Amino acid sequence: MSTHHIKLTINGQAAEADVPARTLLVHFIRDTLSLTGTHIGCDTTSCGACTVLINGRPTKSCTLLAVQADGAEITTVEGLAQGGQLHAIQEGFHQCHGLQCGFCTPGMMLSSVALLKENPSPSEDEIRWGLSGNLCRCTGYVNIVKAVQYAAEKMQA
Amino acid sequence: MIPPAFDYASPTTVNEALALLGQNPDAKILAGGHSLLPMMKFRLASPALLVDINKVDGLAYIKEEGGWLKIGAMTRESEVDRSALVKQKYPLLADTARVIADPIVRNWATVGGNLAHADPANDHPATMLAYGARLVAAGPGGTREIAIGDFFVGPFTTPLEHNEILTEIRIPAHKAGDGGAYLKIERKVGDYATAAVAVQINVDSKGRCMSAGIGLTNVGLTPIRTAKAAGLLVGSSLDDATVKAAANAAAEAAEPSADNRGSEDYKRSLVRTLTTRALKTAVERAKAG
Repeated sequence: MSTHHIKLTINGQAAEADVPARTLLVHFIRDTLSLTGTHIGCDTTSCGACTVLINGRPTKSCTLLAVQADGAEITTVEGLAQGGQLHAIQEGFHQCHGLQCGFCTPGMMLSSVALLKENPSPSEDEIRWGLSGNLCRCTGYVNIVKAVQYAAEKMQA
Repeated sequence: MIPPAFDYASPTTVNEALALLGQNPDAKILAGGHSLLPMMKFRLASPALLVDINKVDGLAYIKEEGGWLKIGAMTRESEVDRSALVKQKYPLLADTARVIADPIVRNWATVGGNLAHADPANDHPATMLAYGARLVAAGPGGTREIAIGDFFVGPFTTPLEHNEILTEIRIPAHKAGDGGAYLKIERKVGDYATAAVAVQINVDSKGRCMSAGIGLTNVGLTPIRTAKAAGLLVGSSLDDATVKAAANAAAEAAEPSADNRGSEDYKRSLVRTLTTRALKTAVERAKAG
């Protein structure tokens, strides 16, 4: 099996490593970089718990090879808060009770951030559509939608 | 789940990619990878080499040229979904890109991969059958065109040779009176279709149907084109009786098998209903421009 030297930026920090070809990006993020906020849920591209942003676009990191992320800019949930201040989306999930167990939350928030960048004031339908690749099995989606609306308002203010 | 061991190469030109495929009989092309990587995790595929074509330049575009809408094979579904040109003139394609998998998967999934994988549950095959698309494949001896009607020769099987790469999809350029629609019933976002129907028609100024194509998703071992149903429409005024007859013919052309998405009868019934509804929408769109 081939091994590859990759260099990438993760949450603004440079990172590089030798990775075997079959290393999945999510394992690289969790095991090599020790950023365990990115979760492994279904492991089959369905649930979205492993969602990270690659060059700004939401990606299920269980379905990408680490070597494919060579040269990319990656944002994980650890990169949302800046200078000890929660990101508006994190504040929204906190204020609106957008989580119970929190397992899906990192992926939900990263998809939301990408959605709000493209569409700063989405309708409820657009939020539900935008998050339809992320599954929540406990909170239900009502408060998640509210959390995104909270963040949209806060980011526009 | 970690895929079985393999070698990985990331060529930057089509020729380099073709050379790698030619040298390695057990190589697979990695496009969006959202079918291939899950298959590898499940050990349904274990190629010795992945030839990643994501860094090959010039395979992602959507443009009208020479009477065709040309789509680069590596164009992401999300790019099709965002395309103003597609939204405005190719509603059947716009409908389709919007319901493939989920929004996150669509950031990686490619139009070419969706076709070349030839999964009867994939969505673009029915759409391209309805459009009467042509596919361009690059091989060691140059490029060749394949009519979409000759492409789905069996489940997950196409006439593409091991050392060929699908590079472009060509849809006949929009003309006045064109209209289409793709309707899909899925249990939830991200699931494969229980059944889906693609319809593309052209109507003249008097509302007469000049051409028609109908494709069916996930109701057979391959994507299905229903020439009989489409033939009933051509020359008609797309009146209710003709639409009903075509919808019945489409349902008869379906060869579904019962599974946890529904019985054979249920799926045929879906095809009948979706064909009727898709035709109604296609006619409205055709008349609107």
